[in-house]
Amino acid sequence: MNFLDNILFALLLGAGIGYFTMNVKKLIRNIKLGQDVDRSDNSSERWKNMMMVALGQSKMVKRPIAGFLHIVVYVGFVIINIEIIEIIIDGLFGTHRVLSFMGGLYDVLIGSFEILAFLVLVTVSIFWIRRNVVKIGRFTSTDLNGKPRNDANYILYFEIVIMSLFFTMNSADLHLQTLGIGHYSQAGSFPISQFIAPIYNGISEGTVVLIERAAWWLHIAGILVFLNYLYFSKHLHILLAFPNTFYADLNAKGKFNNLESVTNEVKLMMDPNADPFAAPANPDAVPAKFGASDVQDLNWVQLLNAYSCTECGRCTSSCPANLTGKKLSPRKIMMDTRDRLEEVGRNIDLNKGVFVDDGKSLLNDYITPEELWACTTCNACVEECPINISPLSIIIEMRRYLVMEQSAAPMELNNMMSNIENNGAPWQYNQMDRLNWINE
Amino acid sequence: MSDNLIVPTMAQMMAEGKQPEILFWVGSAGSFDDRAKKITRAFVKILNKANVNFAVLGTEESCTGDVAKRAGNEFLFQMQALMNIELLNAYGVEKIVTCDPHSFNCLKNEYPGLGGNYEVLHHTQFIQQLLKEGRINFNKDTYKGSRITFHDPCYLGRANNEYQAPREILSQINAEIVEMKRSKSSALCCGAGGAQMFKEPEKGNMEINVLRTQDALETTPNIIATGCPYCNTMMTDGVKFAHKENEVKVLDIAEIIANAQNL
Repeated sequence: MNFLDNILFALLLGAGIGYFTMNVKKLIRNIKLGQDVDRSDNSSERWKNMMMVALGQSKMVKRPIAGFLHIVVYVGFVIINIEIIEIIIDGLFGTHRVLSFMGGLYDVLIGSFEILAFLVLVTVSIFWIRRNVVKIGRFTSTDLNGKPRNDANYILYFEIVIMSLFFTMNSADLHLQTLGIGHYSQAGSFPISQFIAPIYNGISEGTVVLIERAAWWLHIAGILVFLNYLYFSKHLHILLAFPNTFYADLNAKGKFNNLESVTNEVKLMMDPNADPFAAPANPDAVPAKFGASDVQDLNWVQLLNAYSCTECGRCTSSCPANLTGKKLSPRKIMMDTRDRLEEVGRNIDLNKGVFVDDGKSLLNDYITPEELWACTTCNACVEECPINISPLSIIIEMRRYLVMEQSAAPMELNNMMSNIENNGAPWQYNQMDRLNWINE
Repeated sequence: MSDNLIVPTMAQMMAEGKQPEILFWVGSAGSFDDRAKKITRAFVKILNKANVNFAVLGTEESCTGDVAKRAGNEFLFQMQALMNIELLNAYGVEKIVTCDPHSFNCLKNEYPGLGGNYEVLHHTQFIQQLLKEGRINFNKDTYKGSRITFHDPCYLGRANNEYQAPREILSQINAEIVEMKRSKSSALCCGAGGAQMFKEPEKGNMEINVLRTQDALETTPNIIATGCPYCNTMMTDGVKFAHKENEVKVLDIAEIIANAQNL
């Protein structure tokens, strides 16, 4: 009979981890659709960044209230998950609280899980209130309409349910421990559950055992479902924040990359010895595409950025264009990039591993030129992002496509660029007048 | 009206077989924009007074290409950059100072990848050095009783993490320095960056420079200080929009120091 439980548990665990692994593979494949960019340099600086920014949450606390609350949930999440080790062993081998042999240490562990779980429950409730009652601006803006807003709340409900099941399981266990029933021997200390346990007084032992077992199963099942929900949710950041901060751009924020494909062409243009009629060295080479109109044109770090974004909206709430009512929202740039990337991924799944043109692109179907041209390149979004995402780099790649592939810059900018070409200044002044200021 | 500014060009220097200590990159705004030209002149006065051995490219200078790059025209940027680099390298330039954070960022961060390796300083960093070396003396009481707030240019601050130089300079004068609620890495852009200076803004409910000027005016300053010709234009327009042009002046750090030197 007990065997059935163990087999059932192994199947549940296998299915949960198996489906998750499958989706992680898909995730990695999608990220690899991006262009190559070398981020293998300076690994000590990269480790440091990851330790500080992802593990140490150094940028979260720039907004102290949200930062503090987030750290509570983060620490709670990481530490409470140690309990999963015990749950898995118990589930697979039919033991009960197998780690209780640790004695005093076990009491400390279970005690701290309880306190952290309680704090998580409180904090997650505050998060829910901030979103749905206080209606903080960055959580109510229109770029979150529909799925993203629901996603955010689902995550909070998941956490509330999982923590509640944790307490149901522990308090029922404690009740049975005190009664000394069956294998429920004294183990662990329960600073929170001791206040819940009395509600089982007067309920039959059999029912409490049933409640304890049900809560135990639902708790681990809930965790596995939540794990698998990650791939479909902004909550992926709990995993991807780490590689995302590791592979982030380490250069000064003002430094935009120089396109090598352009350098080659410009050097050829400026070389007096170049033969304009020479046959191309490699006639079959596909001419480089300048800038990005779709996700495959972006680099893989930008695609990783899109999957890592947890839509907190700190970027958008500090964007000068957005603050003054323009359509641009850096958060939407990241959400659109991910949505399009997932659409491309589904297309590949349906077409046996190759992408079949669907007549759509990131540009126009998701992100409009109006949004792109509203950017002041001020880097506020990059500065604000708690995990070093760069919406700005995507905006610039797409501007490059608009200008160099489509000649679709706003008219005033075309005038400005003609002036630079003709007289070496963005205004229509003669280069010979560059020193006139001396005598004015 | 000329105050006898001494502004040698690199060509003249070369003809005389001399090499200046620094190249002053004037930039397009500093060369042509009426307001920015005053900043250029103020900075040159400081350089002259401190006997700095410098030169300009003069009519050989051309746009860095920065604004084309931000607009997405990498071709035009690289053409400008490669031409400028050829010229700068031919003159053996090693150290550049400029009053424009956009040129500063572009020369410092984006030229090296194309073969232009120079030590590049923003003029506030250079003035800070001159102060430290005791090469600038000024009347500390010129601004006694004034309230000054500093607006961080994005391409000096967030883009290159230079928040201290302008503030250290301002701390040397006897004025009250007040910070805006959004300052340093949280500073709000003036609205001119990313080629916005040269186009009409997209549809919205407010102009960015008006919002940023509100931040500044909340500190009830007499002077809004900045270190960028474009920020200067945007903040000046913002002050006019708020009808405060008689009470609040927008000045570059170079102008503040030149005034204090009675230059």
